[in-house]
Amino acid sequence: MIEIENLSKTFTLHNQGGAVLRVIEAARLSVAPGECVALTGASGAGKSTLMRMIYGNYRAASGRILVGGVDVARAEPRAIIRLRRETLGYVSQFLRVVPRVPTLDVVAEPLRAVGVPVEDARERARGLLARLNIPERLWSLSPTTFSGGEQQRVNIARGFAHPYPALLLDEPTASLDTANREVVLRLIEEAKARGAAMIGIFHDEAARARVCDREIDVSRFAPARAA
Amino acid sequence: MSYTPLLSVRGIGKRYGAHVGCIDVSFDLWPGEVMGIVGESGSGKSTLLNCMAGHLVPDAGQVIFDTRADGPRDTVTMSEPERRMLGRTDWAFVHQHARDGLRMGVSAGGNVGERLMAVGARHYGDIRGKATDWLERVEIDPGRIDDRPSTFSGGMQQRLQIARNLVTGPRLVFMDEPTGGLDVSVQARLLDLLRGLVRDMGLSAVIVTHDLAVVRLLADQLMVMKSGRVVEAGLTDQVLDDPQHGYTQLLVSSVLQV
Amino acid sequence: MTETAYNFAYLDEQTKRMIRRALLKALAIPGYQVPFASREMPMPYGWGTGGVQVSAAVLTPDDVLKVIDQGADDTTNAVSIRSFFQRTAGVATTTRTQEATVIQTRHRIPEVPLTEGQILVYQVPIPEPLRFLEPRESETRKMHALEDYGLMHVKLYEDISRHGHIATAYAYPVRVEARYVMDPSPIPKFDNPKLGDCPAIQLFGAGREQRLYALPPWTQVVSLDFEDHPFEPSKADHPCGLCGATDSYLDEVIVDDVGGRMFVCSDTDYCEARQAQGHRGKDAA
Repeated sequence: MIEIENLSKTFTLHNQGGAVLRVIEAARLSVAPGECVALTGASGAGKSTLMRMIYGNYRAASGRILVGGVDVARAEPRAIIRLRRETLGYVSQFLRVVPRVPTLDVVAEPLRAVGVPVEDARERARGLLARLNIPERLWSLSPTTFSGGEQQRVNIARGFAHPYPALLLDEPTASLDTANREVVLRLIEEAKARGAAMIGIFHDEAARARVCDREIDVSRFAPARAA
Repeated sequence: MSYTPLLSVRGIGKRYGAHVGCIDVSFDLWPGEVMGIVGESGSGKSTLLNCMAGHLVPDAGQVIFDTRADGPRDTVTMSEPERRMLGRTDWAFVHQHARDGLRMGVSAGGNVGERLMAVGARHYGDIRGKATDWLERVEIDPGRIDDRPSTFSGGMQQRLQIARNLVTGPRLVFMDEPTGGLDVSVQARLLDLLRGLVRDMGLSAVIVTHDLAVVRLLADQLMVMKSGRVVEAGLTDQVLDDPQHGYTQLLVSSVLQV
Repeated sequence: MTETAYNFAYLDEQTKRMIRRALLKALAIPGYQVPFASREMPMPYGWGTGGVQVSAAVLTPDDVLKVIDQGADDTTNAVSIRSFFQRTAGVATTTRTQEATVIQTRHRIPEVPLTEGQILVYQVPIPEPLRFLEPRESETRKMHALEDYGLMHVKLYEDISRHGHIATAYAYPVRVEARYVMDPSPIPKFDNPKLGDCPAIQLFGAGREQRLYALPPWTQVVSLDFEDHPFEPSKADHPCGLCGATDSYLDEVIVDDVGGRMFVCSDTDYCEARQAQGHRGKDAA
């Protein structure tokens, strides 16, 4: 489902004398449907950078990133937009939404974007918010005013609303209490069971051990220090 | 996924004497997509928008629109009656200053109804019904249908302008700094409204702004302009989070973080 | 000063030729406003300088001229224009609609149906029906050219939304031959149905605005309206106090200072002719 071949990434800082930072070189990995792969490595090794490249958020310098047959490294913007809408989900730690939109609609939006009728989408959103223990009285409010933990859970609900065939998980269980951590791990297991291919960053070792089939240390994709 | 872009801009250029408005701008906009154009004042983004919308005649290039009747047509060379007909049916233009896009001496209902009447609506009750419906959609109390826009707040005027533009169900909306000059809270409400309308009506839009937060929330694609040229284009979050061009890096790093 | 000091009908021949050319163009494009080089006339703007120039251009020595102001032959404006042409053209004049070959009018169409061979000349203050909604002449001309007339209905919409009905009572806009929207001059909308399918030639002159327009005989003229608020030619719901007519447009006349009033035909010729035939209204002496 996700195939990465010979991928590299550089950052050119034009406003700092054109300094070129090489961060990833010759990365390769492959994730099959129903498989969850953990990215590991020290902080700064490039886990988040790799995830962002798979999502099309960062531009690849060279190589291929095939997600469901689409090469994210080369695809037109509209192909990536479509991929993100239908195929590739991303659960990040940070929520970015339009102010004033009720939480229920924030969570339902990915379903609305693929044409699910508004009531069906909200029904699914209600179920997820309830599972993630967001009090019902908050559903009609914008999540912009919520606590950090609540925002994170809203974001997880949003990420799992649409059954994406591929999912990127960026620290989904970080700073959650035991009960909510358990809910999130169950959501991941359910996604695996329905055949989703997943790549995740987990600092929570127990969680990683429970849901991940393999680990890939991204340090091995680090360029030679000589650069 | 459709196979024809709704709008294909090819090599658009416009000079004002020795001064450059914009040079060699090309892009495709697909149905349902929102294109953001950012850049500082004088970067040529408004010139480009006005060339696309038919308000200015470009010196070079084509603006090819996928018309309902005849498929893709170059709107630069089409006759003025045809272009005006597009302007009141399939196209809409939202001005930065609502008073440029509204008739200040005409009631809110008359403002919304004008495009309907321009394309032949002749039933007062129907026109009023549609106007009422649109006032509600843009969150204006329908009880104010007979009030003139001069009695409205800035945010209401802008929402009225949007209702007036969208009432005929256009497929492409041009917006020139739609949230400029509004309070931050009013901006948020307007952005939310625009996002909902874009999604529910399947609208395509071209939005010119200098506000990166606005394009992050509304635009799928982004073009960055400087001195009349497009220096970088791509997925909005890619351009903002991993800018390749020095100017874009400067622009992104200049935004105050809240 | 002697009458021979003037060219026939006051204007010089070149000017009349220029106006006739503009009139021919106006007749060829019914409802379209043709610019013309309006001359200074020996009367102030607003007193019919446009109408007078059109009359001067179409008058021949054999014509019989009638001049009315708000339907009346005997008001100052009508009398002075009539005597102007008597003096400068030496044409015969009349107050009888049937006898006239050229009728110059301000704000009315005579009650007696016009006939083939007659010319009705309207004095027009503001020829542009879109003016009050769109003040830019460059823009209104473009709107006419492109038949972009949504704005005209906006005006009627505003009327209904404010008054519950179309309150425009005079200068009620019309569409000519399904093409140009035209201001019929400030005639009451009661007269609008007489504009269309008329056997006579109708010419409109706006002196200050330097515009001419025309309706050739038998032109289709439709008053603008909404399906659910159709056009209605209205008049005061009374018979004429002098001749008892129920089919004519009426003026309201205050007769004393205690609220007494009477309704009389605004067309004085029509009213007098009826009285001569023995018709009497309730206020007749």
